[in-house]
Amino acid sequence: MSTAATTGEEVLVVEDLTVSFPTDDGLVQAVRGVSYRLREREILGIVGESGSGKSVTSMAIMGLLPRSARITGSIRFRGQELVGLRESGLNKLRGSKIAMIFQDPMTSLNPVHTVGYQVAEAILAHNDVSKAQARRRAVELLDTVGVPNAGQRVDSYPYELSGGVRQRVVIAIAMANKPDVIIADEPTTALDVTVQAQVLDALRTAQQETGAAMVLITHDLGVVAGQADRVLVMYAGKPVEIGDVEDIYYRPRMPYTLGLLGSVPRLDASRSQRLLPILGSPPSLVNLPAGCPFTPRCPIAQDRCEREEPPLVTVTSHPHRAACHFSQDLAGVRPHDLFTSTSADARTEDHPGRPSAGEPTGEGDLP
Amino acid sequence: MPSTQPEEDHGPRAVRVTPTRGVSARPAGQDREFTVEARSQGRLILRRFLRHKLAVASLVVFVAVVLFAFAGATLWHYSYDQLTPDISAPPSLRHPFGTDSTGIDLMAMVMRGTQRSLEIALFVALAATCVGTVYGAIAGYYRGVSDTLMMRFVDLVLTFPTIAVAAILGAQVGTSAGSWFFIGIILAALTWPIVARVVRGSVLSLREKEFIEAARALGARDRRIIFGHLVPNVMGPVIVSVTILVAAAILSETGLSFIGFGVRPPDTSLGLLVSQAQTAVSTRPWLFYFPGAFIILIVLSINFIGDGLRDAFDPTQTRVRS
Repeated sequence: MSTAATTGEEVLVVEDLTVSFPTDDGLVQAVRGVSYRLREREILGIVGESGSGKSVTSMAIMGLLPRSARITGSIRFRGQELVGLRESGLNKLRGSKIAMIFQDPMTSLNPVHTVGYQVAEAILAHNDVSKAQARRRAVELLDTVGVPNAGQRVDSYPYELSGGVRQRVVIAIAMANKPDVIIADEPTTALDVTVQAQVLDALRTAQQETGAAMVLITHDLGVVAGQADRVLVMYAGKPVEIGDVEDIYYRPRMPYTLGLLGSVPRLDASRSQRLLPILGSPPSLVNLPAGCPFTPRCPIAQDRCEREEPPLVTVTSHPHRAACHFSQDLAGVRPHDLFTSTSADARTEDHPGRPSAGEPTGEGDLP
Repeated sequence: MPSTQPEEDHGPRAVRVTPTRGVSARPAGQDREFTVEARSQGRLILRRFLRHKLAVASLVVFVAVVLFAFAGATLWHYSYDQLTPDISAPPSLRHPFGTDSTGIDLMAMVMRGTQRSLEIALFVALAATCVGTVYGAIAGYYRGVSDTLMMRFVDLVLTFPTIAVAAILGAQVGTSAGSWFFIGIILAALTWPIVARVVRGSVLSLREKEFIEAARALGARDRRIIFGHLVPNVMGPVIVSVTILVAAAILSETGLSFIGFGVRPPDTSLGLLVSQAQTAVSTRPWLFYFPGAFIILIVLSINFIGDGLRDAFDPTQTRVRS
């Protein structure tokens, strides 16, 4: 229950969401307490590696998780609780108020229908218009997202189109009913780097045309930097850092975030500067031990980290929060101060003869 | 050709590309210049089907058989129940297929028999396909308990020996004029599980595809997903099973009529003709070979047509047949 004043601009409120799946090995805790608030027209980037619970969170919002999933917590869309909502209620929201863009445009379009039919279908599902009107609108939408020659392409089948154009079609479908929230689940991951930027443009256009808020799920930090207003970093099913884009990129306060940033190739980095891997792999989500799940991979981990899991607490400014016992100590720390490329192959490939003109300390800030 | 290349900044690409399809005399606009003529899906399917030589030949044969049976029967100057003075005559110009021992023109009987066989087969195919597709799609989509119950029922029906059950039920129906229709219903009631199984299998894998999830994310209801997304996607396997069904139905009907439980005299069918001729194979072989040849012709041509249709309808098929 929220008052109208606070829900007025918050379209989507996720509070302490947990999702677990019973398996033969035990309960897989895919999401372990995610909370975020999405305001109108805001773009929230969710980053994290595979298995960190990014997609499961969004599938829970759409109500698309299998029945075996156990969901607790709260997801409210404009004050309406979605957890436990019946299928018929969800169907009214899906596509019309909350739309989703899937990762792979090769598989998220039905191969036996024309793309125009599929866009029109989305329109007809929630609007009382004639088929001719829906088709005309479909052409408009395809044109908006930059499908070349939309008037002809509307009668194409998905297999006749390139991946980039298909993803634009998917975006057109998502924006067909002017939703309030668009959830884009790794919209550029399956695409060539060359078309990623175009698709991101189309996504931005869709977001602006519809005035929707957007959840942009990705593991590409570059995508988030260019698009998002705020960033949520997830690790092992939990948010470990959330804040404005500038905070996360320039003032990260969680070792995992620092590690992610250090592993991104940068044009302005000196040639001798190596990419920094985060050694190890994410923990199994079955029977997670107590303590911070990042402990085994963390360069600054201490005994305390193995005992208690740090809560998400405000660091400096209000919206910037991080889950690390030592977040106060991380002010001004750069990835290179924390992580070193100590893996065996990194050492053998080292070029000691290269002039060390660009030592890490001399580096500029992240883009 | 109109030179529509702009002088200004269209970059090297616009200047470099000369219209290779320039032979067309259409005074194209600037952006029409490079567009490839869009081919409609129908034409693509037709092209792919026409490339399948055996299927095209079979279609020609099948159409010829249908015309022969339905149009031919109205044109031919003998009818299947008309006695002629020529008794047991071998094929001649007067009776191209010969006559039987009561003097009935065999060609007229084959025409009539083909009509009956085709009617039964097409009815069976249509009814069994509709029922089987819907049933299989529902079972595959909902999975779980409903799927288990529905498919165990299918297994049960599949254990019925078709010919025996059809023979018993057919015997109840009797010799009324519309008996071919009842035979059709009986055969359809026994063969739809084949389609249901095929469809369920396809739906089980299709329902996990991302586009189904995407449809659900768009607010599509179950009915819409089943009939709008799943069923169109199983058309390939369904078309194949339809052709198998048609062929199987013709053979079943033939078998039933052969053992005396199918179409009854005075009406006739290909199976009945073959059975009536079994005593005459050595003395009057034409009575046996003409209806038998028609059975083979129909079954084979339908199978090949199905093959061609499957290749043509499958939009994901990229293999080019030479």
